[in-house]
Amino acid sequence: MGVDHRKLGIWTFLGSEFLFFGAFVAAYLLYLTTTAGGPGVEIFDIPFTSISSFVLLMSSLTMVLAHHAHTQGDLRRMRMWILATAGQGMVFLGGQVFEFNVFVREGLTLTTSPFASSFYVLTGFHGAHVFIGIVLLLSLYTFSLTGKVKPGQHLKTEMIGLYWHFVDIVWVVIFTVVYLIPEIAVLG
Amino acid sequence: MSNTAEKTRYSGRPSSDKGLVSWLTTTDHKRIGVMYFITVLVFFTLGGIESGLIRWQLAQAEQTPLTEEIYNQVFTMHGITMVFLVVMPLSAAFFNYLIPLMIGARDVAFPRLNAFSYWVYLFGGIFLYSSFLLGGAPNASWVGYPPISTEAVSNMGFYAVGLNILGVSSLAAAVNFIVTILNMRAPGMTFMRMPVFIWMSLVTNFLVLFAMPIIAVALFMLLADISFGAQFFDPATGGDPMLYQHLFWLFGHPEVYIMILPAMGIVSEILPVGSRKPLFGYAAVVFAGAAIGFIGFGVWAHHMFTTALGPVARSAFGLTTMFIAVPTGIKIFNWVFTMWGGKLRFHTPMLFSIGFVSMFVIGGLSGVMHAIVPHNAQQHDTYFVVAHFHYVLFGGALFGLIAGVYFWFPKVTGRLMNEGLGKVHFWTWLLGFNLVFGPMHMSGLLGQPRRTAVLPAELGGTVELYNLISSIGVLVITGSALVFLYNLVTSVRKGQIAGQDPWDARTLEWLTESPTPHVNFYAIPTVTQRDEFWHRKYAEDDAGRAVAVPAGASEDHVPEDGSGSGDRDTDGSAGDAGHGDGADGEHIHMPDPSYWPLVQTLGFFPAGYGMVYANPWLFGLGLLWLVVGVFGWINEPVAEGDDDEPEDAPTPATAAVR
Repeated sequence: MGVDHRKLGIWTFLGSEFLFFGAFVAAYLLYLTTTAGGPGVEIFDIPFTSISSFVLLMSSLTMVLAHHAHTQGDLRRMRMWILATAGQGMVFLGGQVFEFNVFVREGLTLTTSPFASSFYVLTGFHGAHVFIGIVLLLSLYTFSLTGKVKPGQHLKTEMIGLYWHFVDIVWVVIFTVVYLIPEIAVLG
Repeated sequence: MSNTAEKTRYSGRPSSDKGLVSWLTTTDHKRIGVMYFITVLVFFTLGGIESGLIRWQLAQAEQTPLTEEIYNQVFTMHGITMVFLVVMPLSAAFFNYLIPLMIGARDVAFPRLNAFSYWVYLFGGIFLYSSFLLGGAPNASWVGYPPISTEAVSNMGFYAVGLNILGVSSLAAAVNFIVTILNMRAPGMTFMRMPVFIWMSLVTNFLVLFAMPIIAVALFMLLADISFGAQFFDPATGGDPMLYQHLFWLFGHPEVYIMILPAMGIVSEILPVGSRKPLFGYAAVVFAGAAIGFIGFGVWAHHMFTTALGPVARSAFGLTTMFIAVPTGIKIFNWVFTMWGGKLRFHTPMLFSIGFVSMFVIGGLSGVMHAIVPHNAQQHDTYFVVAHFHYVLFGGALFGLIAGVYFWFPKVTGRLMNEGLGKVHFWTWLLGFNLVFGPMHMSGLLGQPRRTAVLPAELGGTVELYNLISSIGVLVITGSALVFLYNLVTSVRKGQIAGQDPWDARTLEWLTESPTPHVNFYAIPTVTQRDEFWHRKYAEDDAGRAVAVPAGASEDHVPEDGSGSGDRDTDGSAGDAGHGDGADGEHIHMPDPSYWPLVQTLGFFPAGYGMVYANPWLFGLGLLWLVVGVFGWINEPVAEGDDDEPEDAPTPATAAVR
């Protein structure tokens, strides 16, 4: 196909991942109002989540810059942008942990209702994907220092970038479908 | 790249090519295929024993040699074993061995990932079976519907986690095979020159790719309910068990095609060889296979017609289910027309292929009956359904796969399996199969329910007779299976030497020696037409009959031989196909063995038990193990040329940016 095996492999894998999140989103939509008397979508803090979503979106920009630096063989700048990307991922994850804590205190736990279960499992799996992404980025950073990742090997950065952008795009969907639209639909 | 590279032994990577360690660390697609096959034989024996126990229990009315609890575990594990540990991995064995050979490549795209897939499969199977020792096996049937599967009495945690582990194996393999087929075909092998088996493998692996994540979601939800008290399927808080059914069958129906398409591909290779004719309507067979792949995602609710779907959904899914019979029918007709007017040779692979077509037609017809909604309501959860899916999976998939075993056995071992024993195997297998599952049509229509531990006496003497016949049939199949096993084991050492092309075959894998040399092809062949190997052997006379070409292709893979069909590609153009390295065997680089796939996948045990028992420490250990495994994998010394661009050698992309 004229594409590197590894890149085609990543694309193929991501195709599978879309269905993984798609099925979770479908379950969430089914249970949107099934709150069993517990908290529903009104619990979401849209301004707060908007900020952490913005941070995650910006991390895609720094990821692109990292890849661009690597294609030019500039490992120093590549490392800087990789750290920036990982850092923003951590900010996002921190925001998610904070948000979960707030929700639990307000009475929304995994076992409260089908709504709660589907919310936590969906966003939790997304968080796990972000976490894996951060591990990948930090590994890339380390390997570029040890010489395992060479200036000519920008494909490695590109592949991690593909994964990172995917995680980001899934969040765009989750933020829109899970947070924004229900909030507008329910609260008017 | 320096020429001394091949001489270097890469420290930190295993180097032996003989003995146990070489098998444990192998990344050779041929060896991995053989390992899949042998493991399948073990699990097939276990699944067979379970089916024997089921038939023992049901041989007479109102008897319980097994307790109800044990019976439930046994029939659940029978289903899980045969679907996930036998038919799917047996297809994977063929994918592994044949895909690189049939497309003219030297290995799959990711050899270590391939080994990873195998070990995950093996350990996933062991994990599932370990549940017998840890408080009982899963007992809520292979579909695992809640609420019964979320109740504390069942052991479905092992089901949810075990199938997810096996899903990782299938998914990794699917990515690997898709990339291999798309990226590594020999020069000249366009899509419409690919063997049908390769086409069906491609469709199957796309189905795996898109179906596996859906069952992963269903199983994670189930596990969350079982182990962590989530509320996905608990009606008390508004949870909907129907969601599970939808997700399960959105995976489950493509899964049916995941099991049958490889067998269809195998039969599409064997029937032309046994008929000495090209496959009738190659393009139709290919597009029918692809159509099955698409429509297969749109028929799932026919498994749920007796639930509260509503008339619109019932009609729609009834229609799509009838639609999917069309491409399947196209294939059946193409196979029949392939045989029509051919010079048929009834050797064992051919017999099993014809058996496949005939038995699959019976299963297909009872399948169309399920599409008729009122009819379906009558048959749902009766033995009629059991008869139907055994006719497509045993009479279909398994017959096709066994045909493949007989057909490619000489490719793997260099020796033929015994024809006489093969014929005994086929006829007893066919007889036993129909004895077991034929009567189930009748007993099902007379009202015998599935998944009940006791055959109720109130169904009457006729149903009891049918059940007795089924149970006797198991003895016939067992005897037949023993003949098969004996034939396999003895033929490995004592079988007749096959030579390079025992069947007068048509596809590339027979272009090279049998057993296949380590490098597969000394020179990567250039493909100029469909059925390349056949056309190297035969030309057509004026009447369109095949005439042997005097300087046949049987020797032209040998590097010293310059004559023949011009498949030498010393100009290095084979490099475009993936990893061809010119015709000189000395410079062919094959993937190095590796400890890491085996070492890493062991981490699935702690991770799996940690999830089943909701133990964060065990789970964390498993996770850490897997992560460390990834780093070991990455840090493994790579052979030169295996790694991507060396330093200071900008790629075209780099140059463009600059």
